[in-house]
Amino acid sequence: MISSVWVEIAPYVPVLLRGLLVNIELLLGLISLGLVVGLITALIEVYAPRAMGWAAGAYTWFFRGVPEIVLLFLFYFGLSQFGVPVSAFFAAVLALGLRSSAYQAQIFRGALQSIPHGQMMAARALGLSRVRAIALVILPQALRLSLAGWSNEFSSVLKDTTLAWGIGVVEVMRQASYVRARNFTLTLPIYITVALMFLVLTYAGNLAIGLAERRLRVPGLEGHR
Amino acid sequence: MALLRVENLHKRYGHEEVLKGVTLHQEAGETKVVIGPSGTGKSTLLRCINRLTEPDEGQVWLEETEITSRRTDINQVRARIGFVFQDFNLFTHLTALDNVRLGLTKVRRMSRAAATDRAMTELERVGLAAKADAYPAQLSGGQQQRVSIARALAMDPKLILFDEPTSALDPELIGEVLAVMIQLAEDGMTMIVVTHEMGFARSVADEIVFMEGGVVVEQGPPDKMFRSPEVPRTGEFLRKISELYGESS
Repeated sequence: MISSVWVEIAPYVPVLLRGLLVNIELLLGLISLGLVVGLITALIEVYAPRAMGWAAGAYTWFFRGVPEIVLLFLFYFGLSQFGVPVSAFFAAVLALGLRSSAYQAQIFRGALQSIPHGQMMAARALGLSRVRAIALVILPQALRLSLAGWSNEFSSVLKDTTLAWGIGVVEVMRQASYVRARNFTLTLPIYITVALMFLVLTYAGNLAIGLAERRLRVPGLEGHR
Repeated sequence: MALLRVENLHKRYGHEEVLKGVTLHQEAGETKVVIGPSGTGKSTLLRCINRLTEPDEGQVWLEETEITSRRTDINQVRARIGFVFQDFNLFTHLTALDNVRLGLTKVRRMSRAAATDRAMTELERVGLAAKADAYPAQLSGGQQQRVSIARALAMDPKLILFDEPTSALDPELIGEVLAVMIQLAEDGMTMIVVTHEMGFARSVADEIVFMEGGVVVEQGPPDKMFRSPEVPRTGEFLRKISELYGESS
């Protein structure tokens, strides 16, 4: 009985994988956007004049405070209403990416602030400008510290890509619902399959980040073995 | 003309005036030791010299350059003034070699090969060539401080400022740092050293500067300061601090 279900599902797996590929594309788009905007936001919050810091604070407050599905609708329907026709895919990358940037900004800000002030002073005392001191001394240390929190955000946004289903992006959840519409008895198995796919993806992603963390470890620091 | 001239330097934090008009002249090759109770502005004075802290009033001149002038490129000045911190402040993500090399390649724009040569020479000078590839966290406090001295030396400084360089060290590690500093003084490096190490002050300093309450109370050669200070308070402080810290070194 059980095995026959999996035989029935097998033909749909390629379709699901095609959907999953869209999720991965969404992920790559949104996490890169989130990384760039989040890092800039964090740098502004920590180093820029106070007025700019407030603006950055308001920005993160907004994107951390509004539910993701609402953000998706706002960007998808909102942008086209303002005469900027966007594809569902692009709207999803934008909405989820900016949301992620707010969370990533928190991660980077915490890391930046945890670097002792003496590091900046020693860098300035050598004759490095503030910007170069940040780039050469503060950021390399802060980014390494960010990895643990960042891997959290990574697995979180990986799963969030399924929300793009809500504005019609043909990703894995949408593909699954097509399958389900054709063959209702497969409802549970198909979602189990999707769940398994994400488990594998999350595992692989965290494995890669863990590997990076080990590569970037500084000998003797933080009591690592 | 003096290598470094500090003229009437003032610094306030809120209502509290930490420096109340400090004037100091330093000749090339001279070692000055600044002593005084904590909270009397010794560290602030050092930081105001290379403007890690902005002074509120007064001037600092390094030869013909007015450091305190807004038109002076402060980064260029800082590149010629070494600074050794109490807690070392080595860059934790870089090896000892890269710590020394950073200023050479990024500030003085030396080629990587030339910078490596120079950095190794300085690590050799502080006795740590063998630790070139170690990260700060793998080094003892004394070793870290010696690397930070090498980092300062590599920049060919006209002057090195030491801000309590041995205060964060275990007693058995103080000697190795002082030994490096004594050697530097003998080699003719110009140094201003804030320290409580009276043995060092007595044997190495050309001049001792006693600061208290944001002003220079008295300054003079160690012999005079220890034997016949003009201000009673100077003698009192020197006796107390010598008892407290002994004359190690």
